[in-house]
Amino acid sequence: MSTRLARGGRLIDRTAPVEFTFNGKRFRGYQGDTLAAGLLANDQVLVGRSFKYHRPRGIVASGPEEPNALVNLGSGARLEPNQRTTTTELFDGLECTSQNHWPSLEFDVGVVNNYAARFMPAGFYYKTFIHPRPAWKHLFEPFIRRAAGLGKAPTTGDADRYEQAYAFCDVLVIGAGVAGLKAAQAAADKGHRVILLEQQPTLGGRAPVDQAQVDGQPVEAWLSAMESDLAARDNVTIRTRTCGFGVYDHGYVLADERVADHTPGDGRPKHRLWRIRAGRIVSATGAIERPLSFAGNDIPGVMLASAVRDYVVNYAVSPGDRTVIVTNNDSAYQTALTLKAAGLDVPAILDAREAADGALPQAARAAGIRVLTGKAIARVKGTRRVTGVAICAQAGEGAVQEEIACEAVAMSGGWSPVVHLWSHCGGKLLWDETLSAFIPDPARPPLNHDGSAMVECVGAAAGDLDLTGQPVAIPPVWVMPQGAPIQLRSKMWLDYQNDVKVSDVELASREGYVSVEHTKRYTTLGMATDQGKLSNINGLAVLAETLGQEIPQVGTTTFRPPYTPVTIGALAGEARGEIFQPLRKTPMHAAHEKAGAYFEPVGLWRRPYCFPRPGETHEQAVHREVLNTRQNLGLLDASTLGKIIVKGPDAGRFLDMLYTGVMSTLPVGKCRYGLMCNEQGFLIDDGVVARIDEETWLCHTTSGGADRIHAWMEDWLQCEWWDWQVYTANVTEQYAQVAVVGPNARKLLQVLGGMEVSKEALPFMQWADGTLAGFPVRVYRISFSGELSYEIAVPASHGAAFWAACNEAGKALGAMPYGTEALHIMRAEKGFIMIGDETDGTVIPQDLGLDWAISKKKADYLGKRGQERTFLASPDRWKLVGFETLDGSVIPDGAYIIAEGVNANGQRNTQGRVTSTYYSPTLKRGIAMGLLKHGPARMGEVVEFNTAAGGTVKARVRDTVFYDKDGEKQNV
Amino acid sequence: MLTLECPCCGVMADETELSPGYEAHLKRFGPGSSPEEFEAYMFARKNPKGVHFERWRHTYGCGKWFLAARCTATLEVFGTYPAQVSEPPADIIAKIQARRPGWQPDGKAPK
Amino acid sequence: MSEPVSALNGASFQGFATIREIGPLGMITLRAKGLKSLDKAIKAVTGTKVPAQRRIEIKGEHACGWMSPDEYLLLLPYAEVGAALTKIAKALAGEHHLAVDVSDARAVFRIEGDRADQVLRKLMPVDFDRLEPGELRRSRAAQVAAAIWKQDQGFTLVCFRSVAAYVMGLLTHSAQPGSEL
Repeated sequence: MSTRLARGGRLIDRTAPVEFTFNGKRFRGYQGDTLAAGLLANDQVLVGRSFKYHRPRGIVASGPEEPNALVNLGSGARLEPNQRTTTTELFDGLECTSQNHWPSLEFDVGVVNNYAARFMPAGFYYKTFIHPRPAWKHLFEPFIRRAAGLGKAPTTGDADRYEQAYAFCDVLVIGAGVAGLKAAQAAADKGHRVILLEQQPTLGGRAPVDQAQVDGQPVEAWLSAMESDLAARDNVTIRTRTCGFGVYDHGYVLADERVADHTPGDGRPKHRLWRIRAGRIVSATGAIERPLSFAGNDIPGVMLASAVRDYVVNYAVSPGDRTVIVTNNDSAYQTALTLKAAGLDVPAILDAREAADGALPQAARAAGIRVLTGKAIARVKGTRRVTGVAICAQAGEGAVQEEIACEAVAMSGGWSPVVHLWSHCGGKLLWDETLSAFIPDPARPPLNHDGSAMVECVGAAAGDLDLTGQPVAIPPVWVMPQGAPIQLRSKMWLDYQNDVKVSDVELASREGYVSVEHTKRYTTLGMATDQGKLSNINGLAVLAETLGQEIPQVGTTTFRPPYTPVTIGALAGEARGEIFQPLRKTPMHAAHEKAGAYFEPVGLWRRPYCFPRPGETHEQAVHREVLNTRQNLGLLDASTLGKIIVKGPDAGRFLDMLYTGVMSTLPVGKCRYGLMCNEQGFLIDDGVVARIDEETWLCHTTSGGADRIHAWMEDWLQCEWWDWQVYTANVTEQYAQVAVVGPNARKLLQVLGGMEVSKEALPFMQWADGTLAGFPVRVYRISFSGELSYEIAVPASHGAAFWAACNEAGKALGAMPYGTEALHIMRAEKGFIMIGDETDGTVIPQDLGLDWAISKKKADYLGKRGQERTFLASPDRWKLVGFETLDGSVIPDGAYIIAEGVNANGQRNTQGRVTSTYYSPTLKRGIAMGLLKHGPARMGEVVEFNTAAGGTVKARVRDTVFYDKDGEKQNV
Repeated sequence: MLTLECPCCGVMADETELSPGYEAHLKRFGPGSSPEEFEAYMFARKNPKGVHFERWRHTYGCGKWFLAARCTATLEVFGTYPAQVSEPPADIIAKIQARRPGWQPDGKAPK
Repeated sequence: MSEPVSALNGASFQGFATIREIGPLGMITLRAKGLKSLDKAIKAVTGTKVPAQRRIEIKGEHACGWMSPDEYLLLLPYAEVGAALTKIAKALAGEHHLAVDVSDARAVFRIEGDRADQVLRKLMPVDFDRLEPGELRRSRAAQVAAAIWKQDQGFTLVCFRSVAAYVMGLLTHSAQPGSEL
């Protein structure tokens, strides 16, 4: 059994015991433990079930490469699935449950898949769940969804806070092992601003476990001197518990700081995502030990040799009384010596090499450990935990020579430098024959903005596996024994988490998969949450062998960020709830909320859609608002309307280029409606332009268009007509704007008092400055509803007060606020177009019968050349007309007008579509506008619109103005 | 996630402070131009693997448009310069050629 | 007539830094470049010299910030804006410029305390270690445009009025006690 040793444990604090639960069982550990260490200390060797075959699985590793030991951590609003026990710090009260089994970890019915394993080879799902097609939706997919996945997704919102932060440095060192610490110190010596990131809570990397000495000093002494040296420098920032997980263009690095994972609920942000811009990146990310492929290498108790050392030295955890070591290199001998020193038994070291005469093997022999060279594991004995190993010759086919009883197997298949960060932005790799590993090719680094090398690898990440610089050789041992038959190969796991075996990769190769990228997707090798940290090299070596190619020829799969999984909360950062995105609010927003407005998004603005009264549906409210505005007085918050000042000696000329009509001739004091097109000729915005003075115009844009149109103006002024003397300013938010609309509009302004607003003093399409009720205002006599209407701009700081004053003074005149839907209905009743309804980026003003707003005289305007293209000038284009349904009903949104026959795809031909369709409370019937082929020539004709239900609606073609055709209402 | 130095305000701007404006140095063709000219202006865009000239706007900054010469393959930036020019300035061309010997701007024969 | 009301009516939050919405402040956008009378016009309104690239010149309640090669932001008491616009028009008569009142288009925050910079480091892609004395930096705070400068024991942040509540939300989130960097 695995237990806590009586002495040792450099990271644990025996004076600080903690309690935690696993599947409801209470366990004790110490502060400083990882959850994995805590589980092993309590003999919880079985920690989960595998994804596909539901095989029993135990802890394999001691770091972020762990494939098996994932748990559901916490509960309720703090439940996190797929948390790696090897990187989770133990804290008092921690609760976790194992994953991927039913009904229990010890007895899992899904294990039947294990016995059916030979009927579920690579590509099983692809091959099986194809036909019949309908079964996919109703049978296969629900089944796979139930069976798939590891942890449980939380069902409630996350109780924790997250945040992000930006940092800048000259040199960013990722990984605070010996190589990283030295790199940080060297950079700091040169006066650079240095940030050093370490994913673990402590510095030093593997050195305290693996090394007696660094630079001639005892390792702990060296480390503490280094730590104090760096801490004393003000140009070095060290962040522990922070994983630099992604390298992006131009020295941009994302790092995830686990601020409060180990102190949940203490009010601090759980994670902090760092966005770091570094002049240069040093990747000191070390190396990850590889498993060996032998039959039964996934049985709980089989662990990486380095992990066994870590548990003994760091946490004083014994994996078992007897541990057999199996290796192809010297480093695993260290594990044997460590176990021996802790008083534990190492029955044998099985070394696949024919000879092992290095310093470590010699030390092992001197310590009395039995070393067997040229040997392999034929198979591991046991099901839910290791009970022993059967030994064979590595050179043979697996004939068992001897069996040894043990509780644990420590394996080492060599080391893979962690080249992820080097590769994220395109750093190239070399296959190192001596190490049997990919290492960074310093001649082909990823580049920075100035063309310099952006990333440098140091230490084990660069392939320098020995701190003292001694050469390390790791012979390739990809399958154990080398001649293993299929029965053994189909029990050799490459990818533990996704249940991919040596035999699966071989099958994929036989079925024609030659590219490593295709094999990966077919077998799912390396596609689990560990992203193949343990399995990729072993898998592609098997593939290469099967294909009869060299490993560098086969190549690796692409390394993509993140290096380790990052919780979505950290990526979202502060962007949740109220500040998920900026909501733009007008100065009257609070008043609208108080009035019970139902809001709708208009760009990032929130505008009242309607103001329902108690007991009213939204539709009823909208209809009331329309009728009241037509009969009495409506008030609209029009503050979101875009307002751009354009000024200068060339402003008139500029606006004549921007608008399809002529703005330069607009007299001071007057307003003119204008259209803007893009260079293709398509309509992009519209609005009323007011001439303020000789050199100044004020351009109104649509609510959603202000920023876009302002940017559009600046683009032309800065990049095309840079010698024109024009300045622009976007003053949209300087003013709150209130539309006072309806027969009583003038009366309201007169009640407010302060300026002359009679028909004579302020005629239609003019503006005037003045005061109303003491507020400084600019009044535009314009109308988007067909009623007598004034749009009144006041400084935003007075907006709320002015709105209140209008509502108060308007009470006696029947004033009611109205929202955007009433606005839309009223403009549709008048046949006014709306950008985004009548336009969709493929419509020119001529399609909408707006030829009157296009100057024929101007030599040029933006879009003029585009509109001259033959297909836009064609008489066959769909053009805007009005529609009245024969039965008075409302045409469905988005409906098409059907035509005779079918097209090449067998679909019904169309000849037009609806663009705006409403129930008109004024006319008490459905009204619509839409585009129809040869529309204006077909007045009175009856056409048919399709409906979602499959039927059609008949409607008569008519002109677009449904209400007050002669404009008598707005001109009073 | 690029960084580009805005030549108008001197800020080394993060890509998130910028808006892309696609290919630089397009010549506008208006009324009177041939269909071929208009097509070239409107639709024909270079997509080189290598040196490219682009428009960028320092949207979350000084608001100015500027131009950048950069390598689309390695993301090296050769230089940025104000937008009020119709072709890349000589110093930018020299910077490109220093790093890409033999490279010539469009329409110029190699030496 | 009512008193002018700032976007959040002076909301504040006490975290590891103090957040205060201030204002209303008078603000004028002045667009001009290479004018012979520019010094005079700015001096007349703010009493400061013309700021250099990315600098802000502060004199008591008045200041002039460099916004772009042809744009300045003049800060002054709210009530002085009308008179200031007249002064600018007079000083720059006949010269191409645009001066416009933007006092109501903006929201202004003060972030104060020893760790005020940390609140902003969480929101802006700006190298605060390298921010120079008197530098006005335009960038973004999370998803919206913002300009900041160091003033007294803290920072002043200017953003658009419509997103004042969003920015207050950001600053509040970032200044939570216990979340010091």
